Amino acid sequence: MPLYHNDDQAMLKDSVAPFVAEQAPVSHLRKLRDSADATGFSRDLWAQFTEMGLPGMLVPEAHGGLGMGHMEAGIVLEEIGRNLTPSPFLATSVGAVAALAKAGGTQAGRWLPAIASGEAIVALAIDESAKHRPDRIATTATRAGNGFRLDGKKSFVLHGHVADMSIVAAKTDGGITLFAVPKDAKGVTADPRRLVDSSLASHVTLDGVEVDADAVIGEVDAGSEILDALLAATRTGAAAEMVGVGQGAMDMTVNYLKERKQFGKLIGEFQGLQHRAAHLYGEMEVARATVMKAQQLLDEGNEGAKLMVSVAKAKAGRAANLAVREGVQMHGGIGMTDEYDIGLYMKRDRALAEYMGDVHYHIDQVARMNGY
Amino acid sequence: MSDLDAFRTEVREWLETNCPPEMREPVRDEDDVCWGGRKFKFKNAAQKAWLDACVAKGYTVPDWPRPYGGAGLTPEQTKILKQEMKRIKARSPLDSFGIWMLGPALLKFGTEEQKVHYLNPIARGEIRWCQGYSEPGSGSDLVSLQTFGEDKGDHWVVNGSKIWTSYADKADWIFCLVRTDKTNKYQGITFMLFDMESKGVTTKPILLISGNSPFCETFFDDVEVPKSQFIGEINRGWDVAKYLLGHEREMISGGGAGGDMVSIGGAFAKAFGKNAAGELDDPILRAEMAAFDTDVFAYRAMGERFMDMWKTGRAHPASSNMMKYVGTELNKRRHELVMAGGGSDALEWDSEESKGGARARSWLRTKANSIEGGTSEVMLNVIAKRILDLPGA
Repeated sequence: MPLYHNDDQAMLKDSVAPFVAEQAPVSHLRKLRDSADATGFSRDLWAQFTEMGLPGMLVPEAHGGLGMGHMEAGIVLEEIGRNLTPSPFLATSVGAVAALAKAGGTQAGRWLPAIASGEAIVALAIDESAKHRPDRIATTATRAGNGFRLDGKKSFVLHGHVADMSIVAAKTDGGITLFAVPKDAKGVTADPRRLVDSSLASHVTLDGVEVDADAVIGEVDAGSEILDALLAATRTGAAAEMVGVGQGAMDMTVNYLKERKQFGKLIGEFQGLQHRAAHLYGEMEVARATVMKAQQLLDEGNEGAKLMVSVAKAKAGRAANLAVREGVQMHGGIGMTDEYDIGLYMKRDRALAEYMGDVHYHIDQVARMNGY
Repeated sequence: MSDLDAFRTEVREWLETNCPPEMREPVRDEDDVCWGGRKFKFKNAAQKAWLDACVAKGYTVPDWPRPYGGAGLTPEQTKILKQEMKRIKARSPLDSFGIWMLGPALLKFGTEEQKVHYLNPIARGEIRWCQGYSEPGSGSDLVSLQTFGEDKGDHWVVNGSKIWTSYADKADWIFCLVRTDKTNKYQGITFMLFDMESKGVTTKPILLISGNSPFCETFFDDVEVPKSQFIGEINRGWDVAKYLLGHEREMISGGGAGGDMVSIGGAFAKAFGKNAAGELDDPILRAEMAAFDTDVFAYRAMGERFMDMWKTGRAHPASSNMMKYVGTELNKRRHELVMAGGGSDALEWDSEESKGGARARSWLRTKANSIEGGTSEVMLNVIAKRILDLPGA
């Protein structure tokens, strides 16, 4: 497959891009922020997403979804990124769906249709420390009665305080097991914290939470593979969203270079800024190609996907970070003001960069996957 | 089975039969590269057999039309051929400035007669070309070139000199930018072709910091060039030159990917040793190599996307400048890491163990990557102006 959008994908972009730009531009984020919104996203907007079938893009058709791939989901995520739209799309419609579809079984049958119909928001309770270390899960699941008892602490759980279900990774006797923990389960406490980008992420405490045996997603002790699918999808999705954030910041900045005058000239005439903008363009193009390659390999089920996912998360992280830093610097003083949007791009980039492994984590993964 | 699957099977079988085992070994030195031309001496029978087989099939220039020596493959088929060649680690049957640079310009600007006349010997590896662009006073500011062709009715008389002419001493013909109108800077240059054996052409190799001399100074002293030997229109050679530079940038940008693009850290871990955790036993170098590998894998995806878009007319016409910039900067970084990883062994200049200072010489050679074919700074200027549309650039 060539590494550019085919006609169907281009059509999807042509319908999603204006929709997100009109319904959820940066002013939408500001409105939620300034009204101290307690949900973390707009349910009205999510209903509009549902009308377009977006929450179930990756859900198999047998479960009421559209059966599309990561390349298509990436098109939506890029627009979410470009407009800084607060949305449960990444965690619910990409990460959770990837895990449930991979696992199949009872939980897939229970939650995939609910996600596709826009009824269910799902959170990913993976991280336990300030840095992403999915290989060091301390949360335990011990057999109790007909099911399991979960104990532990999770952090950086996006939408954790409003999610209808959380996918919890826990240690079992013979490995890792994933659980579908419903919102009303006894012993679950979500403590939402406002993050730098105005999103809400929870510290979740699991204190003797009892779940039935059928709450297991997939098989007991066999959660690693499902967790890998969840991580690969979420990381690739976060990378696609960062491409949108970086592109949005870059476009805004390049436009500013064509408007702002100093020393009697447009500042875009100065070669010192031209070269930096041109360098940024190259980095963003490489990041975009890399993310598309990761999406393509995931959609093909190619074994090389894992390496490319880490490359994509790292490269998109570097490129978008450069875009927002150059964005604020090239805007000068107004780049530091709350009134201008460029600073909001810097904030969102920081949160996305950290989510599911930062640049350093993924570069380290690239080394490990290459045997050093 | 789709047509493309059938094509892949056919290619696979053809390669199995026709690509000699010796031609599936990595290229070790310059002798292993087949450049063709009147003066070329094949290193061994396998090198010649591989070229002959590819020529017969049109595979030295698979995407050129058949009447010009190609195989007339579609972009998808060409990609499959390349993938299959890469899969068996087949060497390039023929490296050639004729293929990479002059060919595309001829295909776009040449007359039918010129295409048939010049392209077939390129495809067959019979004529080796060199490029006469830069002059001592015209580097980045190429359009200021002064080599002059005086109109003598049925021919021009060319006087002047070129510099950085790659392999001019080994080439049979030159494609050359010559000023034919001193009053018009851009529309006063003609794109000429002539035989390097013409009376009045001399070359002088330039010794570089690598200790090698791949480049020459080339002098023209009353060289007579027939009036038929120009491409495009008289005085409109700059159009051809710009188009061709795009292809040169495309070619050079491929260097950033670097050979078979294996992980640099993985290769060095073997030489360095690993710690108990299985990590390369120098944490800072490991981190730099891992960051570099990440960028290389990313650039490989960029290269694939660029070619997919370029071949189907989707790419921005100036995007080859971005590819050249990113790719050459990456290649320079690779060789800095090769030197750091090699330590004092990599400093050796002529020992047998160092294969005649291969690492040090290659490292120095790569410094030209971001100078030749347009400097990195010129690439950034072009991106700023043509892609980002920045003012006054």
